[in-house]
Formats: sequence, structure tokens, C-alpha cells
Amino acid sequence: MAVAAVTKYEFAPADTQDKFHGAQLLYIGWEDHLLFCAPFAFPFPPTMRFGDIIAGVLPGAFGYHPDFAKIDWSQTYWFKSGKPWTPDFDKSLAENGLKHKDVIRFHTPGLHGIKGSCS
Amino acid sequence: MDMTVAKKKLGLKERYAVMTRGLDWTPSYQKMEDIYPYIAYEGIKIHDWDKWEDPFRLTMDAYWKYQAEKERKLYSVLDAYTQNNGHLNVTDARYLNTVKLFLSGISPLEYVAHRGFAHAGRQFPGPGPRVACLMQSVDEIRHAQTQVHAVSNYNKYYNGMHDFHHAHDRVWFLSVPKSFFDDAITAGPFEFMVSIGFSFEYVLTNLLFVPFVSGAAYNGDMAAMTFGFSAQSDEARHMTLGLEVIKFILEQDPDNVPIVQRWIDKWTWRGYRVLTLVAMMMDYMLPKRTMSWKESWEIYFEENGGALFKDLARYGITMPKCAEHIALEKDHLSHQAWSTFYNYGAASNFHTWMPDEDEMAWLSSKYPNSFDKHYRPRYEFWREQAAKGNRFYNKTLPMLCQTCQIPMIFTEPGDPTKICYREVDYKNEKYHFCSDHCKEIFEHEPEKYVQAWLPVHQIYQGNCFPEGTDPTVEGFDPLAAVLKYYHLEHGRDNLDFEGSEDQKNFAEWRGQATKNV
Repeated sequence: MAVAAVTKYEFAPADTQDKFHGAQLLYIGWEDHLLFCAPFAFPFPPTMRFGDIIAGVLPGAFGYHPDFAKIDWSQTYWFKSGKPWTPDFDKSLAENGLKHKDVIRFHTPGLHGIKGSCS
Repeated sequence: MDMTVAKKKLGLKERYAVMTRGLDWTPSYQKMEDIYPYIAYEGIKIHDWDKWEDPFRLTMDAYWKYQAEKERKLYSVLDAYTQNNGHLNVTDARYLNTVKLFLSGISPLEYVAHRGFAHAGRQFPGPGPRVACLMQSVDEIRHAQTQVHAVSNYNKYYNGMHDFHHAHDRVWFLSVPKSFFDDAITAGPFEFMVSIGFSFEYVLTNLLFVPFVSGAAYNGDMAAMTFGFSAQSDEARHMTLGLEVIKFILEQDPDNVPIVQRWIDKWTWRGYRVLTLVAMMMDYMLPKRTMSWKESWEIYFEENGGALFKDLARYGITMPKCAEHIALEKDHLSHQAWSTFYNYGAASNFHTWMPDEDEMAWLSSKYPNSFDKHYRPRYEFWREQAAKGNRFYNKTLPMLCQTCQIPMIFTEPGDPTKICYREVDYKNEKYHFCSDHCKEIFEHEPEKYVQAWLPVHQIYQGNCFPEGTDPTVEGFDPLAAVLKYYHLEHGRDNLDFEGSEDQKNFAEWRGQATKNV
């Protein structure tokens, strides 16, 4: 549907990739860990290696949780836009097919938050 | 020459007729559509503006007299409160954070409402709604002013309130109420009246003003309580205007019904999402609680709103479809919201804290189906960590909903363990939403919401640092720069209540007032 308007109503979207100084946005959520109230938003260069996010960025974002140290990354499974997805840790975001404002989340088997409460 | 002698005094009805309808005229050398350019494009059809009924029959001269009298009373109470150091009589210094939330989140909306009603009133060809909008417009600017005056006394003693209007336009969570109202005032005059006049003022106002005003009364805040009573007679008039607008539009033409229904669906949901802030205020921020958010939703929406929509059924209007979704959230909303502010307590203009043991017991009793199972373990963990000096401050920015701009904190309807993710591809760009309702609102008018000023994205674009900041220098601390841009002082205006300057000062001053030191 179009906006009801008295004249032509067209505006540029506010968050296109060109506005992020060479970065693209990636949203990352950790299933069953609502201690972190919402998925995170990160600006990353498309050339960044996926594994560097796991090793270098996620500890700062999720490391407060006692479950984080217990994660076996070879056992995690991933979703992209809600559908099963398998990242290649050695490839870049772009090579993994991740585009600006994509949302991914990971599930860590056996880890379900504080006292199993999904917190 | 015959002269008609005017009667000395007019009756109320005649007076109303002369001073509202009598002020109108039919233009002869300008076209109606040139004078009222915004009245047709929304698709609403009005055949007879004279069918508008004003149940109050208030005229502008009586309005001024009446409001001046109320204002005199309000300011004399405020003066007395200030002179007696009334701020030391509130239940607990934590209460003041409610005042900060209200001042930075709600008071600026009163001002925008003033502008909105002035604009809508100007656009209506009928003199009845024009005068009613004029009065509401003046009410709203008075409310903004009196709230600022009522709260300014607190600003002399407590932190976080010093630049509330600056904060309103910038601080991440304040984009939620701000964008809600911006959405309304950038709609046409009819949608504005349905969004603010009906959905907000009529359907949801009891969930906004009653909790704040009764919360103030329960917690010894005479200033905010007196303001609330002063505004109450205006609110009654606003509610009546909101209902009259709906009935008038619906009676004018059957083609108006589906348009109005869509607006009611949209604005009930938009308003409800803003009330997330009120929900957490009621369940967490008032040291002395009035009632739980869930109880308040059941009374004011499910019971009262249910009766209202039954009444509107004869026009073909049905209960907004989001009501079912909201019913599923009522056990979770306030806890999810407070968890969010606890997460981002380093970036807000008020203090947060973990509820104490008694408060946890109260939450368990009010939320037997959800609190102990889903939220207590999280809170106990946070409390233990804080006691060890490891208080949780989330420093990574959250993903936001494109429509309501709230972080994606809400869970799937019916499953409180899974975040609800929705997305849309529009013109090669992805957009994300917290719910089906926010997604549908976007899909109906994508061109409007693609422009959203989302605080998280704006920070990453580099638009939320003070002028001259160089984010590329080594050791750049983005949070510190963002707080400077917000005009908030780290360690003073933000962080936990425990250990705050507010807490220390209040204890010391109250001690001086009640003990011999």
C-alpha cells in the first residue's frame, strides 16, 4: 500500500549500507538466553571472517553469561531469518552470503540459561 | 429606523451557538478545497459538519476563566509543596525515577499534542470540531507547562532531569514515545484525531494517567498528584472529544468504517507498545505499588474497553485484533521491559535496580503464572552478581523494531522463551519487527517507516556523538561519547540506584529533616 498523501511521497530509507562507513549491519541472537534482553546489532566490514566474530566479538557481548564459556561451537546450530543455516567460520561475511541487516541466531544444545529458565 | 434590542444575557445554548457556530462563514471568493487542503486525501467522507455535537458546549471566554482559576489553585499548592521541602516526603528516593521517566518521556508529548490539535483544528471545515480542537490544543500546552513546573522543583535536588527536552529528542528509549507521536502528527487530520483523540485519549488514557497520578498519590508526591487533579477535568473533555470524533465520522458515511477500523487497530497497538514504559513503572518503579500492570490492563482495557467496543459494534467497529496478542503478553510485559532497562542502565537518564525480597514476593503473587518460572532466576542471578561487585551493564547495542523502535525484547505470543522475530524485504532492503502488528503497520505504509530514526543505527552511522568527535582515534569510547551527546553525566545520571548520588542525598536530607544530627 502507498501512504495516503497530498502529493508524491517518496523518501530514501534511513539505514542503507552506504551510510555505515564501509560496514554492514548484522544482528545476532542467542537462543534461550534472555538475560540479554534482545538480539544485538553490530556493524562489521563485509570482509570480516565469520570466525573472528565468534572469537573476537561475541565474548565481549555475551561473555557475562556463565553458559558462554561452556559453548562448544562445533555443536551450535544456526538460523538465518528463522531458517536453518550453516556458516563457514573461515569465510567472510560476504562469502557466507550475509547481507546488510541480516539476522542470524544460534542455538547451543544443552545450554538453556540460568537454572534452565531460558534467561 | 427600527432597532432590534439585544437581550442582555444569552442562555448557555445560544451563547454556544453564537460563539462557536456563529464564528463560521461560507467563503465566497476562495474555494473550500484551497482553504482546507488536507480534508479529502485520507478518504474520509463528511457530508454535514453541522451534525457535530459538542457535549460540553464550552466557549472560549468561559474556557479562559475556568482554566485561570484552576491554574491559580495548582500553583499555590506547588508553592506550598516547595516551601515545605515536599520532595523529602516521598516514600523512597527510587520513586523519583518515575518522575524522570514521566518528564522526559511524556511531558514533551503534551507539547507535540498541542501542535497536533492546533493543526487538526485548522484543517477542519466545521466550526464545532475546530473550537473543540482549539481548546484541547491550549490544554495540552498548559499541561506541558504545568508538568515542567511541577517537576522543576525536583530538578533542583536530583539528577537526570536537567535537560529533559534535549534527552527526548536523542536518548535511545525516548525515541519510542517520540516516534509514536511523530507518526500521529504526520498523518492527516482525521487519522490524527482517531490516533490521539480516540485511541490514546479515550481507550488508553486510563492506563497512562491513572497509574502516574495514583502512583504519585501513593508515594507522597503532592506536586505530580496536584497536577493530575488539575488536568483531570481537561482529560474528561478530551475523552469526550475522542469519542465524539469517532461517532461523527462513522455516522457520516459507511465508507468511513473500514478506514477507521484500520486506524483503531493500528493506534491501539502503537499506543499499547508505548505503554510498555508504564507497565514497568507500575510493577517496578513505584516503591509503594498501586496495582499491577496486569490488573490495570484487565480493568481499564479488557473490562472498560470491552464495553466500549460493544457499544461501537452498531457502527460496524470491532475490538482491535491486537487485543488477543496483548492478553498473552500481560504476564510478561513489565518484566521484559524492566530487564531491558536493567541491561542498559548505563545509557538511560534514570536509575535502575533489582527488586528486593518483599518486592519479588509481591511480583510472584501478582504474576503467579510467569514470575517465578521465567524472571526470578534471572533477577536472583543479577542480584548475586551485583553483590559481588559484578553488576550487569550490557554495553552492546540491541536490534530494534522498525515500527515501534523498541529493542526486540518481546517474545513469541504464547512462548515466553523465544524472541519474536519478523522481517520484510522492501525495495532491496531488510526491515525487522517485534510482532505481526508492527510488521503489518509497516507493510501498509512502508514509505513512512523506512525513514525511521532508529537510535542504534544512528549511533553506528556516527550521528550521535558531540560535534567534532573523531570516532577513529585510538581508545575511542562510544558509550562515553553518546552520553555526552545525550547531555548525561556518567556515574551521576545513569547506573544503578544503589550507590547513586540521589540515594545518598535523599538519605542525608531526610535524616536532617527527621533526626537530630
